[in-house]
Amino acid sequence: MASPLKGEVMRLYKTLLYLGREYPQGAAYFRERLKAAFVKNRDETDPDKIRQLVARGDFVIKELEALYFLRKYRAMKKRQREPIRSRSSFGHERTHLLKTH
Amino acid sequence: MSGRVLVGVKRVIDYAVKIRVKPDKSGVVTDGVKHSMNPFCEIAVEEAVKMKEKKLIKEVVAVSCGPQQAQETIRTALAMGADRGIHVEVTGKDYESLGPLQVSKIMAALAKKEDAQLVILGKQAIDDDCNQTGQMTAALLDWPQGTFASEVSFEGNMLKVVREIDGGLETIKINTPAVVTADLRLNTPRYATLPNIMKAKKKKIANMKPADLGVDLTSRLEVLRVDEPPQRQSGMKVETVDDLVAKLKEAGTI
Repeated sequence: MASPLKGEVMRLYKTLLYLGREYPQGAAYFRERLKAAFVKNRDETDPDKIRQLVARGDFVIKELEALYFLRKYRAMKKRQREPIRSRSSFGHERTHLLKTH
Repeated sequence: MSGRVLVGVKRVIDYAVKIRVKPDKSGVVTDGVKHSMNPFCEIAVEEAVKMKEKKLIKEVVAVSCGPQQAQETIRTALAMGADRGIHVEVTGKDYESLGPLQVSKIMAALAKKEDAQLVILGKQAIDDDCNQTGQMTAALLDWPQGTFASEVSFEGNMLKVVREIDGGLETIKINTPAVVTADLRLNTPRYATLPNIMKAKKKKIANMKPADLGVDLTSRLEVLRVDEPPQRQSGMKVETVDDLVAKLKEAGTI
């Protein structure tokens, strides 16, 4: 893939890998699936198709950022309401995100 | 009007980490535990950066007190858009007894030194849940305070702050310089992206000691014991209404 899109794809992978460090099910879990998603499309040569896939990756980035924000926001809100409850892990409602990619 | 905003950021144990109490009950386990910026401090940073983007202010300075690792927290604030950082180095015994009063003394001294127009802090930290630093800083500086802010806007040289209070919102107008503490709904903090963190490495972090600011860190508080929260009792199933009534009577609820 010696195309000008190579940099784009690298940037996407690095950004996702960085975001994955905070993933609720752990960085290792995320990395495995991330790699599989990229390997699946490794032989793609059509520039339009690659652009489409990168756009999809950018969408996942936005979703992950939203997931992390909501998770934190809800945890804070919950603590304000129930100050005595012990801290449990929270917000697994959108963790299926990567499975479809 | 200096147009300078001072934002306090605290390094705390990450909100998603299960907190463990040390066996000797002297505190909580912090070694090898993931730390990050206090969520309310993120909101404070975001508010300051937004003000700068709207050109209402000129400079955002992120301040953190603590050991060497506090610089990572400052770095995150710089990645979110703060212009420069100040790391007040507090280590060892001093750090263990560092409380809201000591931090507010440092913040007050820095606010004067930097000629700040506004000090924005998180309303409280998620580790000690003190909710005191902003109030104490305002008191030490004898500046007006807008605590639990859910909306902040400039009106000339005045500041309009909508505050979250029990059962509603309160709108106040205060003079600047002032101290504002951020509540949860003030804004949605942006994510510190990887390229921004790289760029933030070029921004300057000034290093100083509390003694440079003439602040005495002696604490009058002594921690006697730290306990885990009580375990929640498990529920039970009953077969019939009679059983239920009997159990409730037994528990003394009816």
